[in-house]
Parts: sequence; C-alpha cells; structure tokens
Amino acid sequence: MTSTPTKVPAAPSDTASLRGRIGDSPLRPDGTLKVQGEFAFGSDLWADEMIWGVTLRSPHVHARIVSIDVGPALATSGVYAVLTAEDVPGGNVGLEHADQPVLATGVVRYHGEPVALVAADHPEIARQAAKKIRVVYEELPAVTDGRRALEPDAPQVHGSGNLLRHLKIRRGDPDPVAPLVVSLDFEVGMQDQAFLGPESGLAVPDDAGGIDLYVATQWLHADQRQICQALGLPPEKVRLTLAGVGGAFGGREDLSIHVHACLLALRTGKPIKMVYNREESFFGHVHRHPASLRYEFGAGHDGLLHYAKAELLFDGGAYASSTAAVVGNGGTLGLGPYNIPNVQVDSYGVYTNNPPCGAMRGFGCVQAAFAHEALMDELADRLAMSRVAIRQLNGMREGDRNITGQLIDSAAPVAELLQLVQDMPLPAERLSEDEFDLLSLPGGVSNTTHGEGVVRGIGYAVTYKNVGFSEGFDDYSTARVRLEITADEPTVTVHTAAAEVGQGLITVEQQICRTELGVQRVVVHPRDTQVGSAGSTSASRQTYVTGGAVKAACEAVRAKVLERASTMLDIEPSELVLDGARIVSITGAVVASLQDVLGTDAVDETVKWSHRPTYPVDPETGQGDAHVQYAFSAHRAVVDVDTELGLVKVVALDTAQDVGKAINPDAVVGQIQGGSAQGMGLALMEEIIVTGGRVLNPSFTDYLIPTILDMPPMRIKVLEYADPHAPYGVRGVGEPPTISSGPAVAAAIRQATGKALRRVPIRPEHITEG
Amino acid sequence: MRITTTVNGARREVDDVWEGESLLYVLRERMGLPGSKNACEQGECGSCTVYLDGIPVCSCLVAAGQVCDREIVTVEGLSDQQGLHPVQQAFIECGAVQCGFCTPGLVVTAHDLLARTEHPTDPEIREALAGNLCRCTGYEKILDAVRLAADRLAADRLADIRAGSSGRLT
Repeated sequence: MTSTPTKVPAAPSDTASLRGRIGDSPLRPDGTLKVQGEFAFGSDLWADEMIWGVTLRSPHVHARIVSIDVGPALATSGVYAVLTAEDVPGGNVGLEHADQPVLATGVVRYHGEPVALVAADHPEIARQAAKKIRVVYEELPAVTDGRRALEPDAPQVHGSGNLLRHLKIRRGDPDPVAPLVVSLDFEVGMQDQAFLGPESGLAVPDDAGGIDLYVATQWLHADQRQICQALGLPPEKVRLTLAGVGGAFGGREDLSIHVHACLLALRTGKPIKMVYNREESFFGHVHRHPASLRYEFGAGHDGLLHYAKAELLFDGGAYASSTAAVVGNGGTLGLGPYNIPNVQVDSYGVYTNNPPCGAMRGFGCVQAAFAHEALMDELADRLAMSRVAIRQLNGMREGDRNITGQLIDSAAPVAELLQLVQDMPLPAERLSEDEFDLLSLPGGVSNTTHGEGVVRGIGYAVTYKNVGFSEGFDDYSTARVRLEITADEPTVTVHTAAAEVGQGLITVEQQICRTELGVQRVVVHPRDTQVGSAGSTSASRQTYVTGGAVKAACEAVRAKVLERASTMLDIEPSELVLDGARIVSITGAVVASLQDVLGTDAVDETVKWSHRPTYPVDPETGQGDAHVQYAFSAHRAVVDVDTELGLVKVVALDTAQDVGKAINPDAVVGQIQGGSAQGMGLALMEEIIVTGGRVLNPSFTDYLIPTILDMPPMRIKVLEYADPHAPYGVRGVGEPPTISSGPAVAAAIRQATGKALRRVPIRPEHITEG
Repeated sequence: MRITTTVNGARREVDDVWEGESLLYVLRERMGLPGSKNACEQGECGSCTVYLDGIPVCSCLVAAGQVCDREIVTVEGLSDQQGLHPVQQAFIECGAVQCGFCTPGLVVTAHDLLARTEHPTDPEIREALAGNLCRCTGYEKILDAVRLAADRLAADRLADIRAGSSGRLT
C-alpha cells in the first residue's frame, strides 16, 4: 500500500488472455474428481464414530396410530436410539405451509410417511430393528382421487378442507363465443425426478447442543429454517454445508433426511449418516403432480383464438409442499404462449391421501402443455391448417400481454422457434426391410418387428415458462466475493449458498468473476449457511439470480479496489479501471499494480441481490404482473410406432430455445438435452403407479427412465435474444426443454396412429386398443 | 467373515464383513473406495460397475463373499501416474459429466467397450451403455465422449506402434 507506483506506458489489456469468461465453455471445476470417483456426494461422507440412521414408514394410506412400542427395537444389539414423534422438540415443517410433521403424529396420511427412526452401527441392523418397532394402526377412510377430494362428504386429509388453492383467471368477455370450438380432457400421470444420487447426508453433533449437517439439497437456507423449527434451535446452532448432489430436478426442495439425521445425532451424540436406497427414495421425496385437465378453445375460421376455458386439477397428495405455487404456474401459464383475448381459467390444488407432490422441473407447466398443445393440433386439423402455422399465428410476440395482463417486455420468439424446428432436416426414411437395424426400430433388440406395422409421425410443441419465483415472492440471492494476492497471483474467492446440483452453476460463478474482475484464478468456496441465502436451485433461476448477485459483488469489489487506488494515487476513482492485475487510467496508462493497491489485504464484499419485483395476482381476476421473466422453447419429434404392439421409437427430437445469453454454451446444450429426455420420458414411460394411495413401482425395475437406447440424436438451435432486464441478458434455461419435448412426442404418436391419446405416459395398450 | 481380495492392484483384507453385504458396500464402506455409486442397488442403473476378473459387473449384485481371491478394478483404479485415462478426460471435455453420479459406472463401462472394440459404431456404443442410467445429460454428450476417447486411444496405439512400444492397451 505504501510503495510508490511506477508509471508505465499503455499496454495491451492484461485480461486479453483470460480463459473461461462468460460466453466461453470452460470445463467444470469438479469434473476431474467426478470422473475419478473422488467427488464426495452426500452418500460418500464418513466420520469417526459414525453410525447409521434409517426410517420406518407407514404401510397405510390413512390411519390412526393407536400405539407404538419401540422396546424390542431398542433392545436390539447395535442399536443406539429409536425415536418417534414424541422425541421431536419443535414444530411441523413444509416449504410453503408448515403442515408436515417430522414424524407422524397420531395419524399417517400417506403410504410411506415417516413414523419412527432408528440409529445403529450398521445400516442392516438399523433396518432389521426398524421392523421390530410395533406400530398399531387403525385404518381410516382415505381419499385418493383429486376430484373426489373436493366433494363435501370426502374424507378430510387435514380436517380443514381438502382445497389447497384455487386460482381464478378471468379476462375479457365472460361469455365468449366462437365459430369453431374444440375441447378435450387430458390426464397426466405422476412423474418422479429419479435423480440418481439417493437422498443422503451426515449430521455431526457438536458438544454445545448444536449440529453440522452435510446434505445433498437444493436450498440450504430453506432447509435450515425448517430444521430450526423442528428442533427448536436457533440458526447459529444448525449449520448446513452442501454435500455433493447427485441430481435434483425439484425433488430435493423439500426436506428428506435432514431433521431425522439431526434428531438422531443430537440424541446419540454421534455422527449420523443416512442414505436412502432406491425404494425409499421413491417414498422420500415429492413427485410431479398428477393432473386432470379440461380445456376448451374457441377460434375463428381464420385460426385466431377467440377464447380459452381451462380447468386444471393438481393432486397435491397428503402435504402441501409447493402445490400452491404449482397451481399458480399451471393457472397463469397453462394456456401456453398464445394470445387469447378472453380467458377463464380455474386452477386447483387439492389434498388427498396420495404421496405428496411438489416441485419438478417444469413446475405446473409440464402438465398443462400436454393439454394446450393437443388442443392446438386439434384446432389445426379442424381448420385444415398446418400445425406449425396455427401456433405461429397465435404465438406471443414481444409487446403482447399474456392472460394475466402482464406485458411481455423482452423477446418472445414463438413463431421463429417453431420455424427453426420445422426447417431442420428430417431424419432419413426408415430403412427397408432387408437392411434394417433393429436398434432403430420400435422394440429394439427385442426383435419385435422388422418394419412391418411401423408408421412414422411428426409432432410439434411450443412452450413458455416463468423464470425465478413469482407472485410477489422475495426472491434474492447473496454472494460474497473476495479479491487478494496469493502466491503473487490475483485470486478471487466466490462464496454463495447456491446449490450446485450438476447443472454447472459453480462454473458460471467462476466465469462471471473472471469477466468482471479480469482474474484468471477463481476459487469456489464450499456452499454453506455461513453466507446469506441464495434462494433455491429451481425455477431455472440460479444463473439469473445468483449470477446477478455474483456480478454485483464483483462490482462492489472493483469499486472498493478503485477507491483504494484513488486514495493511494490521488486520482478520481472514475478515472481508473481495474484491468486484471493492473490499475489503468482512463487514458490507458498503467498507474499501479493490483499488488501495490492490495498489498497483503483482501477486498471482501457481500451483496444481496434481487431481480425486479413480481406481484400477487388479483384474487378474483388473476390479473397481475406475476412473473419475472419468460423463457420459450419449441420441439419437433419424429417417431416410429409399431401399431401392432404399441411400441414407440423416438427417431428424432429437435429443438430451438431462446436463452437470452448463453453464459456457458456447452452447459446450455447439456441442459437442453437432459431436460428434453425427461419430457420425453413422461410422454412415453415414466409414471409412479398409485392405486388406492399405494405406490406399486418404487424401483428402477418398474419405474422406467430413458436409456441411451431410447434417446434419439437431437438437433439444437440456441437463440440469444438478450433480456434487457436480466444480468448479461440471460434467460433461464433448465426447464423449457422438459415442457415442450413431451407434448411434441405425444403429438407425433397421435399423428402416426390417428389416435386421440389423451393421457400420458402413453402406454402400448393405449396405442393398440380400440 | 474375512474377505481377502485384490483391488486396483493392491491386496486388501477386511474383517467383520456381514454375509449379507454386497461388494459395493464393502468397497464403499469398508475399503474407503466410494467411487462406485449406490444409485439403485438392484442392478438396474450401472452406477456401481466395476471389473471383476476383467469383466464389468454391477458390484451391488455381487455378494462380498464371492470376491475372495479375485481381482477387482474400480473407477479409482483407472487413472495412473500419467494422469486421467483418455475415457475420463473425454468425459470431462465433452460435458458428459453433470451431477456425476452415473459417471463412475459409465466410465468403467465405456473403458470396457473401448478395450474390446477399437472403433465402435454409434449403435455399438448405445448397446454397450444401455445398462447405465443417466438422468442429467440425455446421453448425447456421453456418446460424444466415447467417440472422442475412441479416436484418442486409436491415435495413441498408432503412435505406440510407430514408436515400437506396446503402449497402453486399454
């Protein structure tokens, strides 16, 4: 700080050689560890003296707990503790409503609800001991159908009515008419996030009644708030650190092992590890809401939409989770990216005794898109119009208002996205029967057809999705950025609590720091609750919101550095520029080195950053500026269908998406590919089968997700129409592909078979029957 | 029971193994080798794939007692002092890694494919990797990675032949 800087002549920018800025695709910093098996996921953690926790879950859908006898379990050799609801010191938990007991209290409301916990020195001993807990149940009448739940005499899940939320949207003429009316009912099955890394974590008690929890999750601070509530502890006693996350997709937004592991650790005084197996994972997190949809569109003979009426019913299961927000999305976005002057939407979320449902990628828009896109096809067919053209005709454009009256104030390239996918080359015709390749046919190496009975179809779909949290939610992120000289090299440390779940946010944070501060070396601090909340890794929001916070923190660091340089050099800060390791005057002369300015000090700034506000919608009309930003995508699917066996091979799944600005183009493409696969999975194969409230297929043997044989090659076109309201112009990327891919696949199967197919996933019998 | 086996070239002996434990559990919880992953523990996802006497297997389906005096290679054993194996390097460079939970199993399976097949076609790659589930990537970049690794391994072999050495065979 005291050395006199030497003035040297202007030189080329110090940052010209920087690698890995925004717009580049640097490699992810955790890649090397991950390919070697050395990255520590939640399930890989280990501590001295560690013992294992397991959960005992309800075998019943709805039952009163008459009594629990933990004696035989507790007497098992190797068992350290057995806990029930009586051992929970604090209150209920829940993302939006604290309606869920940590352990069932007096009553179980769904198949798989946690009832008791066991800690033992081997996971198998714990599991065997859990089976010895004697729970006497008295079964109660259950409601396992969403529509039935709203009838006045339906069994009550919580005793306060089964309606969780009803969102009304009323716009324009309340009694609209149109020359052409199309309508349909659509059913969407229950999809699972099916992340590969099971729920897991390690709770380590300290000797002062507090706890450190290392856990795979999506939102550390929401977890911390709920754990504190349940344990009756202040936040400083409950410290969270993100363990390696093996995928999330919404399924880690609610608590899983969190409170359970902490309770066992506090009781035994030992570190507790909990890892679900796959079966328990299916019971241990919320799923995508099954939905029942009734839609009616009215249009002119020219194809222009006059009105839309829609009723969406989301089955929230036994606890609220994020059902209210899903209902909000389904209602406000559930008519798709179309201009519709007259609108009546009723979106409902209900309690039932089915498994709880909550967040999954696409959040309320996925279900609705199957219905509005099927109806657009129907309309096109009735008018003998092209299915692409009718969407382009009605598609939103920048400057339009959506059905809640909100101005679309940045790019809305609906027509262009559709044109792009339509103009992409089509896959080659199916090979003739004497040169076929089994892998390319429906049924694959099962050798079920050599092409006979196989027909091809093409389908299109387009969507839009909100980015970030909506309806007035205080949606912010916090970033701490530190700049210092270490080993003669400028080094930035970036610290946020934002969950890296595989999407590549840590790479994005590094890219932003490099871009803003011109420093090559950026260290990513472990994610924990020692820094302020980053909000959830969901709603396609982290690159926007945590990206915005990191950018703002870098700007604060830069300002502080220039302030120090200004004092040292007696030059106005506004006349100085930070250029990598140098301070440069506005004339381009290097006036000091960063080393001169910082010495052994660090500049360390923490910034809390919010996007522009959103507002609740009007309770009667649903009108209001509910959302921050909209993201658009379109898909074209090409399928071959074996009409005799009902088997489907997706031959191509092509897409175009506007991402505003691709901070990391390779990672953007990765999100689009992975998201498209999940949408295709819902259209074709993914469903948790729930009968009378019971889950029948909690395994990867019976719950199918796409394999590498199911996924076709994809053509992808990424548009970058910057959103002027967002940092760098970014637009959320992760969710739209999961929304428009499934409806495109369903449309292609309908086109190939001529069947109505008003339910997903489309099973073979739906194609072959009738 | 006591298990004596060879893992990644080193003799390993572990005691007090319960008869019901899988090879996956013993590797992860008793040998300090958590690289093989526990995604389904029923042989459906391939995340726990290891070599057992040179054959890739789901270690979750192998009872611990079956591995006595046999040779196991896990994902931790694929890189050496020279650095990452070309398959591992290609997975990083091609963006085939997102959350990374499926990655160790895929790396072992792809390693095995390329040891058997120098220039696999896309259908051959798809068939070989069909037992490995990935939920993040949609598989496209995994295909890219296997193609890239195949090219590099072939180039390495060619260079080795020209240099007259036997080189790395897998």
